[in-house]
Amino acid sequence: MARFLLKRLFSATLTLFAVSVLTFLMFFALPRDPVSSICSKNCNPERLERVRDDLGLNDPLISQYAGYMKGIVTGRDLGSAQGGRCDAPCLGWSYVTNEAVSDTIARVLPVTLSIVIPAAILWLLLGVGLGMVSALRRGTWLDRLAIGFSLTGASLQLYFVGAVLLLVFVYNLRLLPVPSYTSIFDNPAKWASGLVLAWVALAFLFSAIYARLSRAQMLETLSEDFVRTARAKGLAKPKVYGRHALRAAITPVVTIAGLDVGGALGGTVITETTFGIQGLGRTAVDAVRSGDLPTIMATVLIAAVFVVLANVLVDLLYAAIDPRVRLR
Amino acid sequence: MSLSPVEGVALAEIESGGDEGGAATKGVVGRSPGQLAWLRLRRDRTAVVSGVLLVFFLLLGLAAPLIEMVYGIGPREQFQNMLDGFGMPLGYAGGVSGEHWFGLEPGLGRDIFIRLIYGLRTSLFIAFAAALITATIGIVLGALAGYLGGWLDAVINWITDLTLAMPFLIIALALTPTITLRFYGERGQVSSAFGVGVLIAVFAIFGWTSTARLVRGQVIALREREFVEAARASGAGLGHMLFRQLLPNIWAPILVSFSLAVPQFITSEAALSFIGVGLSDETPSFGRMIYRSLDFLQTDPAYVFFPGITIFALVFAFNLFGDALRDALDPKSSR
Repeated sequence: MARFLLKRLFSATLTLFAVSVLTFLMFFALPRDPVSSICSKNCNPERLERVRDDLGLNDPLISQYAGYMKGIVTGRDLGSAQGGRCDAPCLGWSYVTNEAVSDTIARVLPVTLSIVIPAAILWLLLGVGLGMVSALRRGTWLDRLAIGFSLTGASLQLYFVGAVLLLVFVYNLRLLPVPSYTSIFDNPAKWASGLVLAWVALAFLFSAIYARLSRAQMLETLSEDFVRTARAKGLAKPKVYGRHALRAAITPVVTIAGLDVGGALGGTVITETTFGIQGLGRTAVDAVRSGDLPTIMATVLIAAVFVVLANVLVDLLYAAIDPRVRLR
Repeated sequence: MSLSPVEGVALAEIESGGDEGGAATKGVVGRSPGQLAWLRLRRDRTAVVSGVLLVFFLLLGLAAPLIEMVYGIGPREQFQNMLDGFGMPLGYAGGVSGEHWFGLEPGLGRDIFIRLIYGLRTSLFIAFAAALITATIGIVLGALAGYLGGWLDAVINWITDLTLAMPFLIIALALTPTITLRFYGERGQVSSAFGVGVLIAVFAIFGWTSTARLVRGQVIALREREFVEAARASGAGLGHMLFRQLLPNIWAPILVSFSLAVPQFITSEAALSFIGVGLSDETPSFGRMIYRSLDFLQTDPAYVFFPGITIFALVFAFNLFGDALRDALDPKSSR
């Protein structure tokens, strides 16, 4: 088990390294000079040159990259123009927002977490629950209803569902405030009411997919011998379904859930744009628009870290759910 | 592609089924698996309805210039005289009238119906092109990885992981203007064909992973079978092995994944336009329309609904058809 984990972590690190190099190359290959976006029209050549120097853009690419990486691990001194000393997870200094990138991230990351985590809990419960119910009641009206729900959800678009929800609950019925983020520690009620539409929209679309998948998996599992054996032994139905069948049916759901949640944590761009909430995704989009290189790098890296970590976690969960995996 | 949660499902569902659908029917008539699948497809009511709907959409897209001629209004024509002082369309439901079937855009006053028709054309073209290219890349890489195994398999797998770890929307957002700048410089007038090409290229870079995984899994399952061994023993080359021996056995799941990939690319294109990359405002597209319409959510809700419902109907038809196709090709599937 420990060896398995080590191997996974090693390949995860390798992937992250490759992502960082690729992103670095991609953005430093930009033909547009990042400095010109910092001071636009009235910028004399000396100041331009100084900013370029501060950013380290005159150094060779490799030492730029090495400096960046060193900043993340140990922190580094960025010079007075960039806020001086930058502590350990140093992601650089943004000239566009005039603050350390790690401060920006620290501000917007909780927003994205607040959107994704409750939504993920909702969509997993709803999706797997619906899938189970419709598999167990195969062919009834309940099953057809669940299939209809999941087909509709899988074909709808977040921005459209979001727009309709906004229109109905915020603008017409005035039941909810305009979506916004308040810290859960300041005011939990406001936190929930400001984000509930985003949760519902995400949960509706995602649970559709989980309902389809878990229904198909459950049907397949129910026809397996071990389920019949368990029933024949006289085990009660809820125990057979809840314990034996669910456990076998849930493995592919776990894989996809890991990918989805990992991907969503890296920024729910569409959700944040639709509801006008400033999270990681919107920050990334804004950074790309304004040519804010350090912020782009940071958001891409964080998104990649979430995806890779989610993958490792999925593998571990697999081992926990399915004992056969552990033996390998 | 982080965008498309459907692909995982498709994968998981497809992978379980082979295409040994040629079980003997009760009659004396011998039918090939393909014929059997076609028969099943024709008997399936959902398949027929969604298929007809898809053909209708395709025709609408193909005949866009013809429709423009009959309808008498172009996608870039502006009807400022039909707007009130605030730029809002006069009349009910966003200016719906006999002349403008779906009303007018607030602000610019362009006709929504004809822009939707042209948007359909753009979306379908991009989606089909992207699906074809990604399927080709995915099939070749997946088959090579699965058949040859070893270090090649490891490398391709790792590249797949890497591609999946990159946040698609952000990278696409950053990459598209970069590529455009490389070719056009700061001031160049970007043609809409070029914008479409860049989008397809971005999809091609990120979209091949699911097909590659699917094909790899299938090929691994077939690799040790006798007929493969027999072909190898008679000295078949790599190309013959892949394209003559292996691929004909797995075309069914590939076809299903293709049919489910097309709607994904339609929604991805809309999503990219929605966050403001990809196509310029000149090229009519679904995502662009919805993005613009969100500003008018309170004042002109009809503007949100027309593109939203059209794209829903299109994707819904594709999904239904893809499901029906799976059922037809794989009678064992328990969906």
